[in-house]
Amino acid sequence: MLGRVANGIFWMYRYLERAENTARLLAAGHRMSLTRGQEAATEEWRSVLTTLGLLQAYTSHHEGFGGAQVCDFVLRGKGNELNVLSMFERARFNARTCRSAITLEVWEAVNEGWMTLRDLLARPVRDASLGTALAAIRRESTIARGATHGSMMRNEIYSFARAGTFLERADNTARILDVKYYLLLPSLAYVGTALDTAQWDNVLRSLSGERAYRWLNAGRMDARSIADFVILDARFPRSLAFCYATMRENLAALARLHGHEGPAHELMRSADQQLTGKTIDEIFDLGLHQFLGQFIVRNQAVSDAIAEQYRFTV
Amino acid sequence: MSAPDLAQFDEMHAPDGSVRQAYTDYQRWLAEQDSTWMRRKGAEAESFFRRTGITFNVYGEADGEERLIPFDMIPRILTGGEWRRLSRGIEQRVRALNAFMHDLYHRQEIIRAGRLPERLFRDNRAWLPEMVGFTPPGGVYTHIVGIDLVRTGPDEFLVLEDNARTPSGVSYMLENRETMMAMFPELFSRVKVQPVSNYPRMLAKSLAACAPQGSAEVPTVAVLTPGIYNSAYFEHAFLADQMGAELVEGSDLRVVEGRVQMRTTQGFQPIDVLYRRVDDDFLDPLTFNPHSVLGVPGIMDVYRAGRITIANAPGTGVADDKAIYAFMPEIVEFYTGEKPLLGNVQTWRCADPDSLKYVLERLGELVVKEVHGSGGYGMLIGPAASKREIAAFRDKLLANPANYIAQPTLALSTVPIFTHQGLAPRHVDLRPFVLVSPAGIEITPGGLTRVALRKGSLVVNSSQGGGTKDSWVLDD
Repeated sequence: MLGRVANGIFWMYRYLERAENTARLLAAGHRMSLTRGQEAATEEWRSVLTTLGLLQAYTSHHEGFGGAQVCDFVLRGKGNELNVLSMFERARFNARTCRSAITLEVWEAVNEGWMTLRDLLARPVRDASLGTALAAIRRESTIARGATHGSMMRNEIYSFARAGTFLERADNTARILDVKYYLLLPSLAYVGTALDTAQWDNVLRSLSGERAYRWLNAGRMDARSIADFVILDARFPRSLAFCYATMRENLAALARLHGHEGPAHELMRSADQQLTGKTIDEIFDLGLHQFLGQFIVRNQAVSDAIAEQYRFTV
Repeated sequence: MSAPDLAQFDEMHAPDGSVRQAYTDYQRWLAEQDSTWMRRKGAEAESFFRRTGITFNVYGEADGEERLIPFDMIPRILTGGEWRRLSRGIEQRVRALNAFMHDLYHRQEIIRAGRLPERLFRDNRAWLPEMVGFTPPGGVYTHIVGIDLVRTGPDEFLVLEDNARTPSGVSYMLENRETMMAMFPELFSRVKVQPVSNYPRMLAKSLAACAPQGSAEVPTVAVLTPGIYNSAYFEHAFLADQMGAELVEGSDLRVVEGRVQMRTTQGFQPIDVLYRRVDDDFLDPLTFNPHSVLGVPGIMDVYRAGRITIANAPGTGVADDKAIYAFMPEIVEFYTGEKPLLGNVQTWRCADPDSLKYVLERLGELVVKEVHGSGGYGMLIGPAASKREIAAFRDKLLANPANYIAQPTLALSTVPIFTHQGLAPRHVDLRPFVLVSPAGIEITPGGLTRVALRKGSLVVNSSQGGGTKDSWVLDD
């Protein structure tokens, strides 16, 4: 397949995944802001914006941290170049440039998803309409992923689609965990308080993992076991371990197809060792923030290596 | 722009109100349908097209990045007999076009014989000296041709234009049929219509048959598009997808080791046949427009070395401009030795002083077009123009007569469209699509019917408010 098309597919799925995760993060933030006081709500929205790397852009356009205002900025804000609507726009643009590499089902899912969100986000987001918009974003991404799963050949194209999806997901999961842990929970005074529990619950909700976690850890809610779950539990589809298992699988499929491995495989293997070769205690000994920071950098390096090895642009 | 007071031929209804033979079965079905239901179907068609992404881009319109060509759900129908006669004429014309191209770039017998003035192509911007003495692989110049036809009576089909460069619209032919079958499945069990759906397969076969000598057994075919912002991008992607060919852009291609190669995830891989949807001028910045980023530097050298097939061949535009058009009956006769089966619309070349005089005296009656123009731009439709428009056009014409031809305003046939008030006749044309390879000439039954949606309008171009219809050839 063409390098340009591999690039288009890879990023199409990264954008779709990022849009979905952003919606999930906003939904959890919204819930948090509704159930806590004003101060906690403001802190919550600050942390959401920090996670998305948008705090500075937001504060240069807005004062105050009203939920609808923050969500509007993240979803469709003019001062936010990579808002969720534009992620869908870019995904659809890529789907068009790679039209002959995807099935009709996938094209229709992405095209209709974009049309739905374009209409839903045509006007400023209000509290009353926020739930509908966030649910729609998750649903449209889910439909696109389902169409991919159900209609695409398991070939090179699929491998790039999956590599993009899980590379992005690993990045997003690491960021969500990092910000919550680093910004909101350093003070030991909080540990075990109601706020502390709510914050951890919120991390899990941002990853759609609250039910799975509860099921596994009846009643327990502490940093270490949640980090263990989100980082190392390979059964949970948004954990770092799961993302890397899937990336390993897809990069291995590419190597089989092409008859050889390359620098991306090497980097991937070493990143994987730094991740799954560790226990949660070792990670905490190193420092969770430091660990996640290094993970995000390595993850990006894998992405760059894939782009270079498979001739995305040159 | 309308042409009043012309006795026009309606393809569905005879003047006495009876339904013509081609439409009898359809009419019987239509009479049984509820009109509210039919109206709802019309709205359904639009959402169908939006979803599948059949859009076209209009140049120079900021908000018009993606527009739909309006689709009318009343089919345009030809009988099998009408089509057989028509397709014989088309085949003859396409054979002549191809022979003409070969002759122009080789011995120029037609000029030696005094049947065509030399300056006609020497002054032609589409004439490429690079093609002189070179024979494309398989001897094919015009791999894909679209012949624009108009009808003025029961047996009167005339050629309005030959599209020998990169005719577009075939994706609409295919998608219109898909849409009709999705909307009215039971209709197709009642009326037997010849299928069009194997066009992409025939195209792939036809292109592969034109691969240069020494190609692999299964040649690598790619479609070259100018990219997502081109007005026909949907079609480029659609055809590549349907053929199972790569859709490439100029930036994907490079000349490596004497071959045109595409950058894949595993390095550069050679292409045997390039179905290019990029104009000659942009094809090779080393040979033509040096600023082009849409083409491939050095592709013309590879081509002339016989190591890639370019479809259509560069330089075919010389055969389809409107000044050459006037000579097509001569050209057909010269190369086939037969009388042309399809007529031309009478054409005055304004370069000729006598013709110019004639045209100037009758600007209010004639249609005047630019020789190299397309898409319905830059033309005058005399009967529909105001005095001021005619005066302004006269100045343009006098400033550069050789740039114009004139034709009578034809009484184009009409086919009904569906409106909320019921059926209403509108003018149509027809573009059948023709594939040429050393293995032979293939014509898909039917083609693309374009329809002027405004009452009385004669302009069917999609860029100017025209729509399309599904075009049926009955399996009778």
